[in-house]
Order: sequence, then C-alpha cells, then structure tokens
Amino acid sequence: MRGYDAVIGLEVHAQLLTRSKIFCGCANAFGAEPNACTCPVCLGMPGALPVLNRAVVDAGIRLGLALNCAIETRNVFARKNYFYPDLPKGYQITQYENPLCTGGHLDIRVDETTRRIGIRRVHLEEDAGKNVHDTVRRRSRIDFNRAGVPLLEIVTEPDLRNTVEAVAYLRELRQILMYLGICDGSMEEGSFRCDANVSVRPHGTSGFGVRTELKNMNSFRNVQRALDFEIQRQGTMAASGAQVVQETLMWDAHTGVTRPMRSKEESHDYRYFPDPDLVPVVVDASWIDELRRTMPELPSARRARFTREYGLSDYDAEQLTQTRALADYFEECVRVLNCPKDIANWIMTEVLRVLGEQGCGIDGLRVNPAMLASLISLERDGTVTRLAAKEVFSEMAETGRPAPEIIRERGMEQVSDEAELRHIIRSIMDTFPGQAAQYRAGKTQLLGFFMGEVMKATSGRANPNRAGKLIREMLG
Amino acid sequence: MLDTARRFRKNDLSPLVHMESLLERIRTSDLNAFITVDERGALAQAEAACCSIDQGEEDILAGTVIAVKDNICTRDMRTTCASSMLSDFVPPYDAHVVEKLKKRGAIVVGKTNMDEFAMGSTTATSAFGPARNPWDQSRTTGGSSGGSAAAVAAGLCDAALGSDTGGSVRQPASFCGITALKPTYGTVSRYGLVAFASSLDQIGPMGRSARDVAVLFDAIRGHDPRDSTSVPESLPPTSLDGLDLRGIRIGVPGIFFAEGLDRDVERSVRFAISHLADLGAAVVPIDLPHIRSGVAVYYIIAPAEASSNLARYDGVRYGMREADDRDLFSLYCETRSAGFGAEVKRRIMLGTYALSAGYYDAYYRKASQVRTLIARDFRDAFTSCDIIAGPTVPVSAFELDQMPEDPLSIYLLDIYTIPANLAGIPAISIPCGFSDNGLPVGLQLMAPAFKDHLLLGAAMAFQDTTRFHEVKP
Repeated sequence: MRGYDAVIGLEVHAQLLTRSKIFCGCANAFGAEPNACTCPVCLGMPGALPVLNRAVVDAGIRLGLALNCAIETRNVFARKNYFYPDLPKGYQITQYENPLCTGGHLDIRVDETTRRIGIRRVHLEEDAGKNVHDTVRRRSRIDFNRAGVPLLEIVTEPDLRNTVEAVAYLRELRQILMYLGICDGSMEEGSFRCDANVSVRPHGTSGFGVRTELKNMNSFRNVQRALDFEIQRQGTMAASGAQVVQETLMWDAHTGVTRPMRSKEESHDYRYFPDPDLVPVVVDASWIDELRRTMPELPSARRARFTREYGLSDYDAEQLTQTRALADYFEECVRVLNCPKDIANWIMTEVLRVLGEQGCGIDGLRVNPAMLASLISLERDGTVTRLAAKEVFSEMAETGRPAPEIIRERGMEQVSDEAELRHIIRSIMDTFPGQAAQYRAGKTQLLGFFMGEVMKATSGRANPNRAGKLIREMLG
Repeated sequence: MLDTARRFRKNDLSPLVHMESLLERIRTSDLNAFITVDERGALAQAEAACCSIDQGEEDILAGTVIAVKDNICTRDMRTTCASSMLSDFVPPYDAHVVEKLKKRGAIVVGKTNMDEFAMGSTTATSAFGPARNPWDQSRTTGGSSGGSAAAVAAGLCDAALGSDTGGSVRQPASFCGITALKPTYGTVSRYGLVAFASSLDQIGPMGRSARDVAVLFDAIRGHDPRDSTSVPESLPPTSLDGLDLRGIRIGVPGIFFAEGLDRDVERSVRFAISHLADLGAAVVPIDLPHIRSGVAVYYIIAPAEASSNLARYDGVRYGMREADDRDLFSLYCETRSAGFGAEVKRRIMLGTYALSAGYYDAYYRKASQVRTLIARDFRDAFTSCDIIAGPTVPVSAFELDQMPEDPLSIYLLDIYTIPANLAGIPAISIPCGFSDNGLPVGLQLMAPAFKDHLLLGAAMAFQDTTRFHEVKP
C-alpha cells in the first residue's frame, strides 16, 4: 500500500516430535484412531495430575539456543483458564510470566540483504483436542489425541515489514525446527501453525498503528495472501481516515478475505495463575551446556559453508540444504567423489525430480550416496553419455541396483572407439550422398542431421564430442 | 484397626465375620456416613483375606476395613465428591493411596459422605444430605471429611481416609472424638484425589488411636512419580513406641486462646497441654504474628485454585450434562448451575474474582505473599519449640439446625487448622476431653515439615496416659 508501511509480528505454534505427550505418557502420534492416545491425565479426569515430560524442555532449550535466546533458570507453568469443549481441564497449561526463552533473534535473507528479526519469547505449552463437526447429522465429536501434545510457541518482535519477510521468516524458522529434529514442520497436518499481528503506519514513521490478529492461515501461500489482503485493507482504511479496530480476524481461503471472529470467542479474561500441580523446573547451566554440545549445524551455517567449501552458488547451497537429510546426502556423495559441482547438479536435477515423482524424501531414495557417486564418475570418465546416465539413474531409483550392473546388462557403454565411429559415419555418408554433398558445399547446418543419424545408429551411445569431430573431419 | 489385626492373628475374629458385622452396623446406622457401600465386593475380599491370613499373611492391613472419603478415586466404585455433578461418575482408575491399600490387602468397604467437593466444615453441603454425629445425631460431624470421622467414631470401619485442605480431617476428628493426621504437604500422593485446592490438599489418615493413624499413614505415604508435588524423600517407618516427651518443647501461641474460643473447649485443651507438661514437655509461649490473616489468605487461595480445578466439570466428557441443543454456552451454564450446590458456586465465584484481570495483584498475588510470611512465622517459631499445641476447633459440634446462616462464621471455624495447610506442615487432632454437654474436644499438635512422626509419637504418649480416645459414643 503506497504511503504506508506494514508492521508484522508472528506467533508460531510448533508441535514437538517427542514420543509421549507433555504431561502424561500417552503416545504423541498423528493419525491414530480418535481418542486412542488418551488417558485420565490428558482427558482431564477428576483426580488426575500432570507430570512434565523433560524431553519437551530439551526441545525448547535447543530452539532457544538456535534462536540466540536467554534461557530462563526457573520455569513456572501457569494455567490459562477458559471453557471450550476441546480443552479437557477447562484450562491450558502454558508458560506466562517467565517463558523458557527470551530476547533472541533470527537472521533472514530477503533480496540479497540480511534482516535481523527479534524473538520476544519461546515458551512451552500443551495443545488442545480437536472438535469434529458432523454437519449432516448435526452433531459434534471431540478427538482428544491432540490434547496434551507438546507445543512451542515462538513469538517475534513486531520487526517484519512486509509479506515477503514474513514468509522468509517462517521458512527459516521451520527449517531450523526440522534441522533440530524437534518438529516435522507440516502445515497441512497442523504441526507448524502461524498467527499474525498486523498493523500499518504512515511511511517513514516509527509509531505503531492499531493491530489486528490473523488466524487460520494453514499454508505459506495462505499466510502470504492473508497478510497481503490485510495490509491492503488497513492501508486503504488509514488512507481514507478510517479507524482500524483491534480485533481477531479469521482468514477465509475460499473467499480470500479476512473477517472478524464472533466477539464472544475472543473476549476472554484468562485468569492466569501458577499451576499448583507442577513444581518449577530449574534449568541449570549444565543442562544447557549438555544440549549445546549436541546442537547440529544450523541451516544458515550450512548454507554458508556449502558456498565456501564447495564453491556452490547461493542458490545451489540453499537448494541442497533444504533439509538436513538432503544436505547430508550431498556431503556423503562428495566424500566418495570429490566433484561437488557435478554432484550438486545431479542432485538438483535428477535426484529431486525422482523424489518428486516418487513422492518421498531423500531417506526413501533407493540410490545411496555411494551409488550416485559411482554413476557420476562413470559419466565423467566417458563410460556412459549424460543421456544414458539419466536413464541408468531412473532405473537405479526404481530397482536399487548399482549403475555398472545396469550399464553392462543393457550395453549402454558409450561408443568412443574412433574406428567404430568412422565406420558408422562412412555408412551414413553412403546412405545420404545428397546431404553429404550439400554439407561439403557449405551447408554446415547439416552437422546436426548427421549427429542425429549417428546417435540413431548407436542407440544414443556415441560419444557426442568425438562423433562431431569425426563428422566434420570426414566431410570436410 | 491394630486391635482388629491382632484378633485376626489370634483367631479370635475372622475377616469375614468382622466384615459381616460391620456391614450390618452400616446398614442399621442412621448417620448417613456413607454415600456408597460395596457390600458384595467387601464380602468377597473379606473371604479372600480369611484365606490369606490362614496361609500366614502377616501384613497387618490384610482384611482390615477402610472407609474412603468420596473424593478419592476408586476404580469401578462411583466417586461422587458428594455432588450431583458426579453422582454417577465411576473412575477408571484407583487413586495412589487406594492402590497402596489394596495391595496390602486392606478392604475399601465404601465411600464416605463429605461436603460437596470438600468445600465446607459441616458435611451439610453434601448433595446426599448431611452426615450425623454419632455422639448426638442432631449435631454436625464437622467436615469436610465428616462421613469418614463418623464412620470411625461409630465403629463402622477400622479406619478411614479423609482429605484436608483447611482442616477437613482434623476438624471432624475433633467433633467426633477420633484421631486424624494432616500430613506434611507432598508426603502422600494426591494422584486420584479430586482436586479442591491443589496447593493445600493432602490426604490424611483417620482412626480411633494415634497408632492406628500411624499404621495407616505409613501405608499410604511415599513417593509417587504421578504427582509432581510428591516429595522424593522416603522416611523410615513410624515408630509405634510413643515419644518420650522429656525435653520436648511445646509452643503455645497466645493467639490460639483469644476471643471466639469456647470456654469448655479451652479448659480441655489447657488441661491437655498441662498433661503434656506432666509427661516431661516444656511449655513455652510462642508468637505467630501473621496467623491472624490465615483465614483471609485461605479464602483467596483455595477458591482461586478451586475455580480452575472445577472448570473441568463442563458436561462435555463425564458427569452431569444438562442437555441443551441451543448452544455451547447454555450447555455449560445449565450443567454447572444444576450440578453444583450453593457453597461450591460461591467459592467458584470468589476464586474467579480473585484471579480476574485487575484484581490478581491485589488478591491472589498478595495472598500468596502473606502465605509465605505465615510459613516463615512457623519456621521462626520452630526454632524455639518442637511442637505447637492448641485447640483444633474453637467450639464443639453444634446442632445441624442451628448452623450459622452466614458463611463467614462457618469459615472462622477453620481458624486454627488453616495455617498448617498454608505452611504445608503436619498437624494432628487427638481427643483431649469433653465439652460441658459431653461432646468430644480435640487437641491440635503441629510440627515442622516432615516431622509427622514426632506428632504421632507425642499423640501416642498422650493416649498411653489418657482414656479420651477410648470413650465411645
């Protein structure tokens, strides 16, 4: 919106990949039969009590370290009181006054420049169940499998200035969570959810306008659309002198607009107070140090190292570090065959293509790094053509067989032998005397025609450089 | 309870005969002490106990008959909290204490009457009608563990479990002439105790003597990983020898004998303290400067926690549901309006108010700070004494139809018992005399945290040289 700048703060809820829930021993699993993963504790039965799963604190500390936060020593859990059918106890156990992590930052790259986004807080809390509405039979049921699933809530400072930055921040944060192995980052399954606070202010000013809170944006694309819409809406209002109302808005992906929630749904006084059922968790320096020692290399560091160490472009480095597993795969290949650029090209074209076709991750690929490296070296030493190598790779991915076996079996070795190639070219010249005469008369565009015929005769196995050289020589 | 166990071993009594006679007493009793009695289950277990004792089972608890307050969950036996809200609620699990008792071969005969959700001091807020005092059926048992106290006093069981949030085992013990311990907070697991005020609630053993209480206490205490506030220390078994009181310093706070204390209660309690002195204890005056704020602090913290703890009774998953198809809000409103009694509603509203935005600092936060000061008062006092003694309740049991109208006068009955809950320290009530009209009077003893055995030892020494606890209604 011309004349106005947007101010955006994001709140992300990341479901953690712990084996059990945050306050009971139930399995933390997606997709189980409704209410199969429940017990008296996560169902809020009378007399049941919560016991903190320390793996959740570990995950929170790890993210805190990745986001350069200060880690709180004395962690108190609070009760956030409100009534809703998916909230079994009538309160959510969360952190309020002293969150686990505070005062961090995350650097994002947008248009070749780096922006530092402040992280206000990261805290631990439990997820609620899920209401399932049967509109046909007009009744509602509740699945409590999700109740008590551990969440990290990650809140930024209002440091984001546009939609592109917001999406870049979300992608970077998601990637970090996945690198840490603490969240699977799935927006569709709701394990990575985002709410946004948005306001606008006249260009160049530093105050804050009235903000609205956006909910229900369940994909990166919807975050982008919703923010664009809301910034436009507020900018238009501000330009016409209208007042933005502070309220919570739902993004409707079908109609592409944001609309207010019913006021009853948001007029809560949550009556936070310390949960007397839980004792404060003391996080001491040795706990933090132990986790610090096991931190993986984070995406930004890995990207930088890939450009530095392997001479890759920023783009290539970014592609190859998308996931920790893919980056590991790349490095494993390089360890076997020290040709990082060739390997990068192979992975970004053939490997990613096959993964897309098979709909699996790199872990599901039947071609292990050593097998890919051996195929690339066979291409490099001229045993197979690029074209043939691609075909070999497809078969490797399908069958899991090694490259030399496939090449041998299908007779795909490249024809580089000069005598053999000369023989083939001579017989083509005999078959197409007219074209040969035209070429000699100066119509050199016909080189492609002869190349095609050579390839046809060798089933594509002819060494293209050598064949080209011989055609020019023999017709010249 | 110990008597019963001894008679089982001497073949003077069989668990089955014992159970049959208790069930007969329960059936013919007019005390309304029980909400639920599991006759068939109790008899079956008594029969099993006969076999195991014949085969040499030595556990002292085997075959003993325990009554359990109806806010402690029992698997397959309804647990109502004396509320319409949970009148049909059957828990799918046993509370930690029930699990422990069952493992030892004790028999849970039934669930006892109480104030609704343990909120009250009379057992008159029960949705199942008031329990009646075996000493005079027109009078209150006290509460909230009134059913357990009445059952023990009337010999309807060998011992009982209650819960104590602000005096709920000690006050009815005082009114019914029995012995009851409120253990150090964290000593007994709260897993399966339906929460009233989580930071104050503690399950307590109730019996006819300090030794019975000690045996039951040892049976139910111990670390439980399912309760985060359960302390990891495991103390040695409580000695049943009785404490040598020589050299023990008994602190007496002047404020416990101020205005509001009935003269005949005061007389009995002063006699009891002088008796402890006769046994060799040194009596010293002590000061607890912040104790006067105890009731006020309690009536902010307890309702605040209760307002949140009772939010789960929403008609959605279990318990009462006033079906209303109009909307969610009316489902909540109508279920909770119909399901809760007046006292519970009053406390939910008090607590909701105390936690509300704009009031939190003035009420809840301030109350928590004063609570810390009260705990410090006790720590200071225990530098100059080992045990604090005083009355358990300012009065003896009053008539049910003469109950004070205003809730505040009822709340003030807990003036001596509340401080131990706020400070988390152990406290015991033991019979120490009778009022002018022949009703039991209780002596309360308090000790520093984790010195529960000191209280039990002192109580044993007192009971070894007095007969108050042996007098039956």
